[in-house]
Order: sequence, then C-alpha cells, then structure tokens
Amino acid sequence: MGFFDIFKKNKAEASPSVEEKEKASDLAALDQGLEKTKTSFFGKISKALVGRSTVDADFLDDLEEALVAADVGVSTTVKIIKRLEDRAARDKYINTSELNRILREEIIALLDEQNTTQTTNFKYPSDGNPYVIMVVGVNGVGKTTTIGKLAYQIKNRGSSVILGAADTFRAAAVDQLIIWSERVDVPIVSRGMNADPASVAFDTIQSAKAKGMDVAIIDTAGRLHNKVGLMNELTKIKNVMKKVVPDAPHEVLLVLDASTGQNAIEQAKQFIAATDVNAIALTKLDGTAKGGVVISIADQFRIPVKYIGVGEKIEDLRPFDKVDFINSLFKD
Amino acid sequence: MFESLSERMESAFKILKGQGRITEINIAEMLKEVRRALVDADVNYKIAKQFTDEVKAKALGQDVIKSVSPSQMLVKIVNDELVNLMGGSKSDIQLNGNPSVILMAGLQGSGKTTFSGKLASYLKKKGKKTLLVAGDVYRPAAIAQLKTLGEQLEVEVYNEEENKNPVAIAQNAIKYAKTNAFNVVIIDTAGRLSVDEEMMDEITRLKAETNPNEILFVVDSMTGQDAVNTAKAFNDRLDFSGVVLTKLDGDTRGGAALSIMSIVNKPIKFVGTGEKMDALDVFYPERMAQRILGMGDIVSFVERAQEVIDEEEAQKLQKKLRKSQFDFEDFLGQLKQIKKMGNVKDLMAMIPGVGKAIKDIDLDDNAFKHTEAMILSMTPGERKNPELIDGKRKQRIANGSGTSVQQVNQLIQQLFQMRQMMKQMNMMQASGKMPKMPRGAGMPGLKR
Repeated sequence: MGFFDIFKKNKAEASPSVEEKEKASDLAALDQGLEKTKTSFFGKISKALVGRSTVDADFLDDLEEALVAADVGVSTTVKIIKRLEDRAARDKYINTSELNRILREEIIALLDEQNTTQTTNFKYPSDGNPYVIMVVGVNGVGKTTTIGKLAYQIKNRGSSVILGAADTFRAAAVDQLIIWSERVDVPIVSRGMNADPASVAFDTIQSAKAKGMDVAIIDTAGRLHNKVGLMNELTKIKNVMKKVVPDAPHEVLLVLDASTGQNAIEQAKQFIAATDVNAIALTKLDGTAKGGVVISIADQFRIPVKYIGVGEKIEDLRPFDKVDFINSLFKD
Repeated sequence: MFESLSERMESAFKILKGQGRITEINIAEMLKEVRRALVDADVNYKIAKQFTDEVKAKALGQDVIKSVSPSQMLVKIVNDELVNLMGGSKSDIQLNGNPSVILMAGLQGSGKTTFSGKLASYLKKKGKKTLLVAGDVYRPAAIAQLKTLGEQLEVEVYNEEENKNPVAIAQNAIKYAKTNAFNVVIIDTAGRLSVDEEMMDEITRLKAETNPNEILFVVDSMTGQDAVNTAKAFNDRLDFSGVVLTKLDGDTRGGAALSIMSIVNKPIKFVGTGEKMDALDVFYPERMAQRILGMGDIVSFVERAQEVIDEEEAQKLQKKLRKSQFDFEDFLGQLKQIKKMGNVKDLMAMIPGVGKAIKDIDLDDNAFKHTEAMILSMTPGERKNPELIDGKRKQRIANGSGTSVQQVNQLIQQLFQMRQMMKQMNMMQASGKMPKMPRGAGMPGLKR
C-alpha cells in the first residue's frame, strides 16, 4: 500500500446507510486484493535488474513511462534519466537497492532543498505584526478550501487567525469563505461581492494588526495566468498590503491542482512574476492524479511545495513530504 | 516554455536533409518529436504512441510536395489525423425530452456550476424555459453560487436548503419542472473523485432516477495524464453522452481533449472560454488540433503552399532567382503572399533555421508596412531595375512613402543582399550544403 492510500476518503460525515458502509468496506477489501497483484514500479525495477549490473534500455523505458504518466513532463523526465545513467556509468556495479536509492536521490535533488518548512514552524514577524499569507491560483484549484484547512491547522496549534474574503468576483465565493470561517471559528473580514479586492485585503490586515492577530490569510479570486489585467490586479492587491505591514505578504501561496498537466509550469511562471510566489500547495492528491509536474516547478523556480491537500475534510491538509511523494509517483 | 512542434521538427529535420520521400528511416526521429510534443501538450503517453503509430502508417511512402519540407508535410498529416479523431463524432445537444434533463458530472473545480449557468443562458436565448437544479449539497456555498448565477441570468433555480439527498432533490425538481412547463432541467452536481466509490454510486443513482437526455462530463482543459483515468471511470459508470472542455481561455495546449476522445469516443459538445456567462462556444476540431500541436499557421501554410504556389509560377521565380534578377516587383509579390498567408512571425518561424532566431523578436503584422509603402512609391521601371534609383529618386521615394532616405537605402541594400543570398542558396542546392547568411541580410522590416 502506498502512502496516499491512507488518505483515501472514508466519507463517514456524509452519513451513508449501514448497507452502503458495508458495501464500501467490501470495496476497500477488493481494492486491497487488487493492490497485491499490482507490482509497484520499484518492484518492476527489481525484476528487471535481477542478475544484471547495468541499467538497460527496457528499464529506462519503464522509468520514462512511469515518470511521464505522473505528469513529470518530458524534459524533466529526460533530465532524471540522464542523471541516473550518469550515476550508473560512474559507479559501475550497482545493485537493485542501490539503483532505487539513487533514483530517489536524483528526484529529491530536483525538489527544492528548503522543503523542510512545515505548518508547525512559521516564523512570525518579530515586530508584532501579523504573518500575512496571500493565496493565489487559477480557477477551481481549491484555494478557498485550502484556506479553510490551513486556518484550522494554525488555530489548532494555538495561534490566532483572521481571513480576508478578497475573492469578490466569483458568485458566492464570499459566502463560501464565511462558511469556512464559521466551521473553524475564526474571524473574517468581508465587504461583500464586487467590492474592491485590494481594499478587502487592506482592511483585513489592518484589522489583524489592530486585534493583534498572529496570522492573516487573504483569499483571492481564481484567475487564468494569461489574463494580464487580472494578474496586474493581483500585483496591486499584494502591494497594497505593504501599506499596513511593510514586509507583507510574508507568504504567497500558489495553489496547484494535482490533476493539472504541463500547464502548471506556465501557471507558476506567471504567478511568480505577478506576486513573487514563495510556497506551493498541491491539492486533490487523494484522487488518481500524481501531481508530478511540481518536480519541474520546484526544479525550475526553486519554490518549495509546502502543503498537500488529500481530501475534503477539514483536517485533510498535510505538510509535503518528499519521500512519500516520490513513492506515490511510482505507485500504480 | 514549450517549444512548438515546428521547432522540434526543425531539429529532427536535420536528419532528413533533402529527402523527398517519407521513409521508415527518416520518419522515426520526427515521430519521436511528435510524440514528445503531444506528451508535452498533456496527451496521455500511451495515446500519443498509438496515435503516432497510426500517423506512421499513413505517412509512409507519401510523396512530399516540392514547396514544403518533409517535416512540414508530416506535421500536416499529424494535424489531419488529429482533426479526424476529434471531429469524428460531432453532435448537438439533445433536447428531445419533456422536459429534457441534462446531468452534469466531473471532478472538483472543473467548472460544473459555471458551465451550468452558461448552458442555462444559452438555452434561454434559444427560447427554452430552463430550470437549474442545485444538486451540490456538499461544497460550502455551492447552492448560493448557483442561485447567484440564476439571479444574474433570470433563470429559476430549484433548491432545497435542508435536503442533503441530491437524488431526491433532482426527482422533486423534475416533478416541479413538469408541473410548471419547463423545457429543460439542468442538474448541477457536486465535484467528485473517480476513486470515491460512495460519490460515484451517488451519481450513478442520479442517472438511474432522473433518466437524463444528456449527461455531460465537465473537464478542465488543463488536466494532465490523469484525464484518461478520470474520463474512463466516469464513462464506465455513467456512459455519458458528451464532454465539456472548460477554461480554454487559458494557454494550455489541451492535450487532455485528445486523450479523452480516444479513450471514451464521445463528442466534445461545448468549450468554456471565460468567466462571463456568455463565454460558451461550440467545439472546433481544427482549432483544437492546432492548439495541441502548438503550431499556429503551419498547416494552413502547407495547404496554401499546395494551392497558391503552382509549379509554373514557382519555376519562373526560381529561374529569376538563379539569375539574380529578383527585383522589387517580386519582393512586393512575396510581401502580398505573406500577408495573405496570415501571421508573419508564424510564417517565418517555419522557415528552417529562422524559427529560433526570431523567437524573441517583437514582430507585428504591420512590420512590412513601410517596406510596402516604399516599393509602391517606386515607378515600375525602378522596381524592375533597382540600379536606376539614384539620390534624387531616393528622396522622391522617401517623400512618397513617408519614410527617410536612409530607410530607402536600407531597403535597396536588402534587395541586393537577398540576391546574393539566393545565389548562395542556389549553389547550396547544387552542392547540398547549407548557405552562409550574408551579414545583415534577412527579411526587411525586422526589428531586433
């Protein structure tokens, strides 16, 4: 069983009937049964390598397939394979377990080394100002849901949080964040739909400062990264925060949907240009998508993946773990 | 970020050097590039392989038209195949029930609610009395979102605040629609993962109990390799009738469209192209194919090259070129042809070796305006014999075209350089070597 299987939803809160629950557990058992017959990628490698001392073409083809199928992308896949070949050529006699280790190492090397930051060790500003998190991303990636979960985590470890409803564009986005603020029981600043998002952000941070809050999280409307006007608006929202807290936002969190393909690279590029993104949240990893594109993004832009979303429940946001992530890439 | 397919082909083209026929040997490297381009455009890697195998079968042994390179020819075959695949099963939205029931299905965040609103707006304009049904009882404020859209569009929204059972809500909505003479019922549903058995059971029940005329699978055009798994899982459960491709106003290449069509063989009925409620479009297979390949006008260039440049004219031009008689009349003719063919940069990018060089040059379609004005200010005699143009004539041409004498000088210089370049190209063609570009030579009107 792979790491992400433990996150597979048990949707108990949707209150299914007893009969349905039984059916679900039957299916889970079936799923486990199937799991045994599947050979993991690392298992395949072992087989392919029995009695051999070199990396052969079949193995590399399998590897390429596994990486590409996980949305790692062609150029990064080629890069990983090249690094693996170089290593294999250098240390001539490598065995299976060494090869597995090297492969993991090479992928880890591409993921930013700063990836150790976790939800549990924010560095709050020493000047008593709130730590400001601005959340950005394209439409439908799960920004608002991620904010709800993040607020829950921060609150749980004893810090105070305030939310800012600066997605004033999408129908009922403000309502959606208000519901999350009620669930988590944290304050929210909202000025209704169609209000100027920059002034909502301004008010939120001002309110956070006045109330002595530890963290302020600003939601923004989803926007496609090729819409120049909307991206400029985002820059403006970011800049206006500095009028209240000079070094805000401390964290610009780009939310990426794990099912997104190579376009995520362009998304990262444009959102970085507009808002100096410095952290990534990868959502919807509880599905069948692997989110391998973040390897390319971390490698190209040196931006760490900080959180992963693994379900719809309030506690379903986890710190990103490189090793678990890599294992999941090669899970069938 | 992405190299366009034509750029990739350009590098693969080296292998082909002057080969006039597509063969087993010369096609392999190019097809590899096509496959990689497809995967980079998010086409599922298995489908990309299957696709290129089919292209190979079609392409082998085809004669290459003189005026295009084998790589361009192959791109055209690839494009035609793509269009074929994606336009194969075109069909309109089915509205033959009373009321007609349309059921939405898809992952979280794919854009079901927004699309439901757009579809309601579209049908309302067609004179259909449409009812929107708020069937997403899970996501916070999903019902409020649909209600807001309904108010905006003046389309009635059916919802039951306290009811957490989407199947019952949908059944009640259909009853309500029958009583109140609605023509169409659009059922919005919660986003769900294909591995979520309970939620997949729910939508299966929704189908069974509402007996929809249309089940539309709504999918984000930015989806990657996983599109096949998701589409297959939803289709296995629902046997949906059509696909809606959302967020196409982004810059994704949208290869997921090809993956989905190959795996479920269902038509793409609509595409979403913006957040406004009228940003709904029907699906054009040709546009989608070109988008996936990332190649702008290359296909139409090849097609037009086939049509426009007839053999005779080409031979006449070639003869002139050989004798270095290329004059301003020819120059003007070329400019007109380029303008006719569309975007100048795309066109130039297709010339082997030029693509990379002009990648970062800011070039608009007006780039040749001054050049054209200058040539038009010349007398026919001057155009035929540029040698005639002396200082006085230069001044007149500059005045007539609103340019300066320096610009006229430059243009004349360019013509002579082009003659020289063509001479070298002739020699190259004879010897099989690539030409050296004379310094400063190139297309006129290009600004670095």
